[in-house]
Amino acid sequence: MVENLKLGIVTAASLEKGVDVRLDAPVSVEDMVVGRYVTIEGQKRRFFGMITDVSLGVTDERLAISPPDVNDPFIADVLTGTSTFGTIHVTPMLTISGDAKAVLEGPQPVKTIPAHFAAVNLASEQDIENVFGKEDKERFNIGNPLDMETKLCLNLVELVKRSNGIFGKSGTGKTFLTRILLIGMLQKSQAVNLVFDMHNEYGWIGTREGGGTAKGLKQLFPAKVAVFTLDEESSRRRKVSTDFVVKIGLNEIMPEDISILRSTFNLTDLAVEAAYQLYKILGHDWLNKVLNLGEEELEELLKGATIHEGSFENLKRGLGSIGRLGFVVPEAKGDSVKNILDFLLQGRNVVLEFGRYQEIGAYLLVANLLSRRIYSRYKEQMEEAIAVDNEALKPRPLVITIEEAHKFLNPEVADKTIFGTIAREMRKYNVSLLVIDQRPSGISEEVMSQMGTKITCLLDNERDIDSVLAGVSGKNELKSVLSRLAPKQQALIFGHAVPMPVAFQPVAYDAKFYASLTGAGQKSTTEQVEKDIEELWK
Amino acid sequence: MRSINKDSPKKIAEVIEASATQFSAQCYELYEIPPLGSLVRTGDIYGVVAGAETTSLEPGRKPIARGKDEASEEAVYESSPQLAKLLRSELTAAVVGFKNGDKVVQYLPPQPARIHGFVYLCQPDEIRDFSRSFGFLNTLIDADLPVPDEEVVAATLRQMSQAHGDSRTFLVAAGKELAALLSNDYLRLKNILGRLTPA
Repeated sequence: MVENLKLGIVTAASLEKGVDVRLDAPVSVEDMVVGRYVTIEGQKRRFFGMITDVSLGVTDERLAISPPDVNDPFIADVLTGTSTFGTIHVTPMLTISGDAKAVLEGPQPVKTIPAHFAAVNLASEQDIENVFGKEDKERFNIGNPLDMETKLCLNLVELVKRSNGIFGKSGTGKTFLTRILLIGMLQKSQAVNLVFDMHNEYGWIGTREGGGTAKGLKQLFPAKVAVFTLDEESSRRRKVSTDFVVKIGLNEIMPEDISILRSTFNLTDLAVEAAYQLYKILGHDWLNKVLNLGEEELEELLKGATIHEGSFENLKRGLGSIGRLGFVVPEAKGDSVKNILDFLLQGRNVVLEFGRYQEIGAYLLVANLLSRRIYSRYKEQMEEAIAVDNEALKPRPLVITIEEAHKFLNPEVADKTIFGTIAREMRKYNVSLLVIDQRPSGISEEVMSQMGTKITCLLDNERDIDSVLAGVSGKNELKSVLSRLAPKQQALIFGHAVPMPVAFQPVAYDAKFYASLTGAGQKSTTEQVEKDIEELWK
Repeated sequence: MRSINKDSPKKIAEVIEASATQFSAQCYELYEIPPLGSLVRTGDIYGVVAGAETTSLEPGRKPIARGKDEASEEAVYESSPQLAKLLRSELTAAVVGFKNGDKVVQYLPPQPARIHGFVYLCQPDEIRDFSRSFGFLNTLIDADLPVPDEEVVAATLRQMSQAHGDSRTFLVAAGKELAALLSNDYLRLKNILGRLTPA
């Protein structure tokens, strides 16, 4: 591709609606792709924008009514670019002023528009690099902007400061994107990850769409990643070396955990209410008692409580299915939460595999239960650190990855689950979420609005698109970019961690990528050595 | 006085009527009118042949038919040699530019052509020099001509293209200029382009 190819000139612009660019005659309208970057050379500043629409224009309406004989190459040559021309619609995203101060500040959000007839060029690799930055110790290469060779680098230190989301239809590459992002966080940020791995994709080995396998986190970073499992048997079968087997004790399950299972287990509101009452009467061991005591004994205990029989039966049926889960034991021997926390606080990332327990009920229960307890420990630690004003005592930032997020964060339960709290309270306690979901419209609006950075693969449901893009400036333009992403391996990222929205192709998750990871490690050590030597001679 | 270029080719006509935008010239030889659209020059003024007629010398006197007993048309003129003197051919040229010092400019000259000024047919070199830019197209399109201006514009460009090695490129460039000039009148543009298409 030609660097800095001139495309045309600005013919109309409005800050709200974007910039219309008339293409020069030699530029083929078919080369203009939605999602491409352009620069506009204003008089005082450069504008950086994205192509969001492409259209055809004629100078005279009659041309469209009685079209010329385009088989005649002469007529076609004459009319192309003169009477008939292509136009592109550009949404300006950033400005870069010419003066020295502005160069230091970097790209700024756009607040004005370029003047008439400003030249519009295709953004060069250098331009992209200026905007998104180079790969360095904070930035991680997640792919290339569409149709470009430049590396798109994401500032992961910024990224983990807030909750983030990865969205896309099933089969569009969410899992790969998540893996890449997790690796990025592992390498470049101080944060530790806790991954609730519903389909056993991240820990040791993952599947590839269309056959084959992909290396999981532990294969790539054995020292930094621990795999926990709920299903020892399945892990053994899959030859995964696990670090710990998680068991959930019945006494660890609280009524709060039941309330988010309401719709999964078909519980009524009254049944959920009953759970709280039972807990109040029976204490910590309530679940065990409800499930295992004889009817008469229970009746004795519950004398005086106003629990409707129907609700109680309803609840008991639901609780029964929890009791039948293989990883649920009457009383857990080891403290799973403490174990996970120990790993996390040492800076080791934890992937919790669900093995064969892939039903949503088990996932909701475990993820919610563990996260709630981990979060409260984090909160305590954080408050202690704040009390003595000691930065070093603060726990490492923690990123919790959950799949099927709309089950946790739908408007009905978002208020009740711990994830709703984490998403809203954000990083106050150094805990944030990485939400993976295919139905973002199911996630509560409030939670969506609090997400820092969103990465989305192809979505084609109108409501999903709307909910992902809610509140983003230039929403309509981004919509056209989003709905035209390829069904695989293309994504749009926007929000806190990137200066402007960008459609990109994630790096291929293959042998080359694995090699680059270890390579990058070596490079950083040599860089470190060089830096140390420099320091020494200062 | 305007000087006459010594290298110029043979004079073909003489100006007999002149205005700011047009001039008419009588050809020295009957029927030897330059083709429609030819670039001609009188003094420093350039014109494009935009009309031509052959009429009787005396406006009131119509020629009479003479060929009834003749075998061929040539024989009519051979048996009546005075005819060549009683008829005359005239051309009308639309003024499209002039020489300002060494520079050719493509807008109307400050003064019209002089009566009895000699008219020369421009040679390929001069045509190439003149047609480096297309400012004259606008003058031609707006001129009030005896012949439909689409015809004149097309004829002019066809004539000029012969002086250019790559006539197609020339015509495409001219066509683009026309497309810009006639951006709100596609039908006129279409008519002209239809007459430009190289065979």
